[in-house]
Amino acid sequence: MTKRSRYLASRPFAIGLSLGGLVLLMAAVSLFYTPYDPNKMEIPARLQGPGPAHPFGTDQFGRDILSRVMKGAINSLAVGLIAVGIGMSLGVLLGVLAGYYGSWLDEALMRLMDAIYGFPAVLLAILITSVLGPGIEKSMIAIGLSYAPLFARLARGNFLSLKEREFALAAKAVGRSGLAIAWRHILPNTFPILIIQATVCFALAILAEAGLSYLGLGTQPPDPSWGRMLKEAQAYMNLSPWPAVFPGLAIMIAVLGFNLLGDGLRDILDPRIKFLKR
Amino acid sequence: MQAYVLRRLGVLILTLLLISIIVFLVMRVIPGDPAQIILGTEANPEILAQVRERLGLDRPLLAQYLDWLRGLFTGDLGWSFHYDLPVASLIASRLLVTGPLAALALLVTIIIAIPLGIYAATHHNRPGDWGIMIFSQLGISIPEFWLGILLILLFAVYARWFPAGGFTGWGEGPLGALRSLLLPALALGFVRAAVITRMTRSSLLEVLGEEYVRTARGKGLAERVVIYKHALRNSLISVVTVLGLQLGGLLAGTIIIESVFYLPGMGRLVILAISQRDLPVVQGIVLFIAAVIILVNFLVDLLYGLLDPRIRYD
Repeated sequence: MTKRSRYLASRPFAIGLSLGGLVLLMAAVSLFYTPYDPNKMEIPARLQGPGPAHPFGTDQFGRDILSRVMKGAINSLAVGLIAVGIGMSLGVLLGVLAGYYGSWLDEALMRLMDAIYGFPAVLLAILITSVLGPGIEKSMIAIGLSYAPLFARLARGNFLSLKEREFALAAKAVGRSGLAIAWRHILPNTFPILIIQATVCFALAILAEAGLSYLGLGTQPPDPSWGRMLKEAQAYMNLSPWPAVFPGLAIMIAVLGFNLLGDGLRDILDPRIKFLKR
Repeated sequence: MQAYVLRRLGVLILTLLLISIIVFLVMRVIPGDPAQIILGTEANPEILAQVRERLGLDRPLLAQYLDWLRGLFTGDLGWSFHYDLPVASLIASRLLVTGPLAALALLVTIIIAIPLGIYAATHHNRPGDWGIMIFSQLGISIPEFWLGILLILLFAVYARWFPAGGFTGWGEGPLGALRSLLLPALALGFVRAAVITRMTRSSLLEVLGEEYVRTARGKGLAERVVIYKHALRNSLISVVTVLGLQLGGLLAGTIIIESVFYLPGMGRLVILAISQRDLPVVQGIVLFIAAVIILVNFLVDLLYGLLDPRIRYD
């Protein structure tokens, strides 16, 4: 089976790609088109149910929910992308350093990672925002930091096993320096597993951002965010349930999409897991 | 085994110390003067100086940390600016809500996940298994606070079976209190059940392929006996471990869920403390939750060895 046909045959990958693609498309389109201005209030049209004029209905200020869900996608994806970027760069750097130098540095860095791992993303965000104040940038940093230990452990583990492999030993034999072997030979070989982890973390970051925005610690008004939309909708639920339905569905579709994409990539790129599944 | 436990204990203490340093340092890099934050910008300079002295802010950072650490060992987590009460007693009183909520959520998780996982494994690659796997995938992807909102919408706003939020208190009778906790526990437990269902299924499937299970079947034992007496007991070892490890996520989950259901627990206290700039409360709760997570992970690690005698520690 060629790699291309393996991608096509993986059902989780195909469904994940479609759902994730849908969210990406929605975010991309919202950059130059939304049915209405997402922040424009129209009080006479408040709390309307879905209809031809407003397919997802309107919120308590008469704002179009579809337009706000579309714009909210950008914030969620941006937080996911930057948080995973922070977690992955920091984690891989520390993991490779720990694996390469070993000894006390390895022990110290891994204990630090254990300590950070004790903080779930929400807890770390609470700590950071209580000091620096709420905001989307702080939630990106907090979520990213909380994922660093996952990448560090993965990078360190892979580094330790790969540095004994023939290609790494061959590079050493021709006189390459240790860091050059780590950067040029070992790191590219850990990419598949890091990409799988990044996809799963991306889904978790979207979920974490929504939770933080719900608590008022993430994206700040008037910027639309799925979590914050749910918080605002909760107060008017007995008048109209729709504002509390569509942002939640959007979060679920995005998280489901990227989770499945991660599962699919794991099936395709990691033959050991595939073997176990069979 | 003894050497392993001692080594892990050493690592545990080191990790807890590192956590205390992280929490302490983060709280000390606050832009501005904490005394000014407490008293406001109009505060009298003399009173400001008194508060600084009371908080020990005029002393070197290391001395402040060591004092704070000494306090932690005696159960002193600091003093709340807003409530004018010890942080430890505030946490203790809020644990009466958060503790039972987490326990109830764990119970919900077990009640949903174990039977579904067993059913999926024993009906492997059949429609029931696929259905449960779809349920599990959706469960993992659903935000628990949205599920909480949907439960309020269905069971409080429309059906009016449960309160939409708030807590009646244990003094009013346990039934009323449990009624206030059931919907939030369902929201928290359902999401975790999705993870544990997958875990139970895959763990049981793995055990069902083992040779001793084949032997049990070969000697003519009923399938029910093979599954429940031989396979399930062994497969549950890893499930119990994962359940323990879920506690961290569960405690973090209570922070959001308590806000959804307006429950006066530890999570709601910490969110209010952020808006009130009550930093000792934030510091105390974050430290408490992180320490509980690290301790539970340690205990789960040890429990794993006790549950499965095949595991040998070097």
